[in-house]
Amino acid sequence: MSASATAPVRHRLGLVTTARHCFSLTGRNLLHLKANPGEIVGFVFVQPLLVIALLVYVFGGAISGDTATYLQYALPGLIVQNSVMSVLTTGAGINQDMSNGVFDRLRSLPIARIAPLIGHMLGHMTRVTAGLLMLLVAGLLQGFEIRTGLLSALSALLLALVFGIGLAWVSIAIGVSARSATTVHMFSGVLSLPLTFVSNVFVETDTMPGWLQAWAKINPISHEATALRALMSGGPLGTSVWWTLGWAATLTAVFAPLALRAYRQRVV
Amino acid sequence: MTYTIETRGLVKRFGEVTALDGLALTARQGTVLGVLGPNGAGKTTAVRILASLLRPDEGSARVCGWDVARHPHEVRRLIGLTGQYASVDQDLTGQQNIVLVARLLGFSRSAARRRAAELLGRFGLTDAAGRKARTYSGGMRRRLDLAVCLVGDPSVLYLDEPTTGLDPESRSQLWDIVRGLVTGGTTVLLTTQYMDEADQLSDDIVVIDAGKSIATGTPEELKAKTDRQTLEIQPADPAQLETAGKLVAELSGTRPHVAGTQLRLHVNDLALPGAVLRRLDEAGIEVMELALRKPSLNEVFLSLTGHQNRHEDPATATTEAAGPAETAEPAEAAERSRT
Repeated sequence: MSASATAPVRHRLGLVTTARHCFSLTGRNLLHLKANPGEIVGFVFVQPLLVIALLVYVFGGAISGDTATYLQYALPGLIVQNSVMSVLTTGAGINQDMSNGVFDRLRSLPIARIAPLIGHMLGHMTRVTAGLLMLLVAGLLQGFEIRTGLLSALSALLLALVFGIGLAWVSIAIGVSARSATTVHMFSGVLSLPLTFVSNVFVETDTMPGWLQAWAKINPISHEATALRALMSGGPLGTSVWWTLGWAATLTAVFAPLALRAYRQRVV
Repeated sequence: MTYTIETRGLVKRFGEVTALDGLALTARQGTVLGVLGPNGAGKTTAVRILASLLRPDEGSARVCGWDVARHPHEVRRLIGLTGQYASVDQDLTGQQNIVLVARLLGFSRSAARRRAAELLGRFGLTDAAGRKARTYSGGMRRRLDLAVCLVGDPSVLYLDEPTTGLDPESRSQLWDIVRGLVTGGTTVLLTTQYMDEADQLSDDIVVIDAGKSIATGTPEELKAKTDRQTLEIQPADPAQLETAGKLVAELSGTRPHVAGTQLRLHVNDLALPGAVLRRLDEAGIEVMELALRKPSLNEVFLSLTGHQNRHEDPATATTEAAGPAETAEPAEAAERSRT
């Protein structure tokens, strides 16, 4: 009997058990924060405050005439940018686990196969949420006005998280497939630049050359930033929410299976 | 007889490289199977297959009757894996590492904490419980690794080179722990490149080289298998070494080898020592010491694989180089299999 001809019997764990495994590993991911308090300070406090200070006070006057107008324009976009940057680091932690043997330990346990990946993702989404809230609070303190309503502003943050999950699968796929952490960081860096800068996050896109505008128009980040702006400052929502959700669904549909396949086949 | 661990004809290739080439091994319940082999012999690949982390290209592996490739989940319920590759989370404390695995195995929060306290105590890590594993010494980390493996009381334990890089004291501590576990009924598969480790711990040994088993047996059987016992003769007067050597050569048909003040000779004939002693006595040569020594596992390993185990100390290595001309057939077979 050839072993390769016999597929493994899939052992279906109940949804509750699977969820419990995922949450235990989310807890482990968050314990890393406790182990590295510098990460909390950096992620949650320094980065949002620095980003606001730099962009709004350095560029604000030049771009919009005065800093208050620019803050009102840019903050929703900064929230988007912050979540994108932070989500793209998900894969790095997974890659590290794979190279230092933690995944082997986890995979030798009778737990849901997907739990180690979901644990990382949920842990990261928790950080992203904290970062978003901090940015919003910092913005409010500097004079940003929510002109729509609290519910609307919260749904804006929720939208950013949903898109973040879609993008997290891209990062996970990179993290699972890459041979080294350096590769993961390089890919994430390369990916984040055209996503966040070639969009309407920082400036209106009508001064860009045509070919760049073409990308900026379909760039999910532009749609997401538009949606967040409308949900926080008011203004036309248009189809931006649908575009954002559509992108989130597409990224998940394409990259989650890729990530899972690479994860199953990975032999180190 | 059913074995707790059993592989048949395991083959695993990584691209051009054949890591396992038809490996067969068996381990009985409640015993230690030592898997002995040089670097790159395929030990870790075998462990990874048995731990359901890799699927074999051909052949089968069973743990407690479960086929590893077909029923990985059932196998994972029975095993604990520790060693070179599977590892603890260095950013968590010792206590957090154990609690995490306990929670994953279904322990309640308080039961997980109790289990952690108990295991930390058992492995002498109570004082270090709240420190990150990153700050542990090599020996402490191996002990924590082992503690994490034992959370679910596995009936089969894989130890992949558990003492590589440890100081002698940590090594013997770990050996004691393993002996304790086996007394409790655990079946252990231990890979090692150290002869003394295999000799000390194993009930059975399988020597593997180039991805296949080249010898199996108890440590005693393996030593007996290479039928080269060594006769050591030390005349009281070193000046008589040469005369004694001639007499021994007449009796045995081969010239003994002179090592310091000793004559050494590989013998198959067990009547020879007595004859030598009588003959020397007749010739008036006083013998201070005459001993018949079984080969060390290292010698066995050398004669089986045909190459020196790199991790042995150089002093013993030179003694073995004494009889390379007599290297037995299996060595040639091993050579052939590598090409």
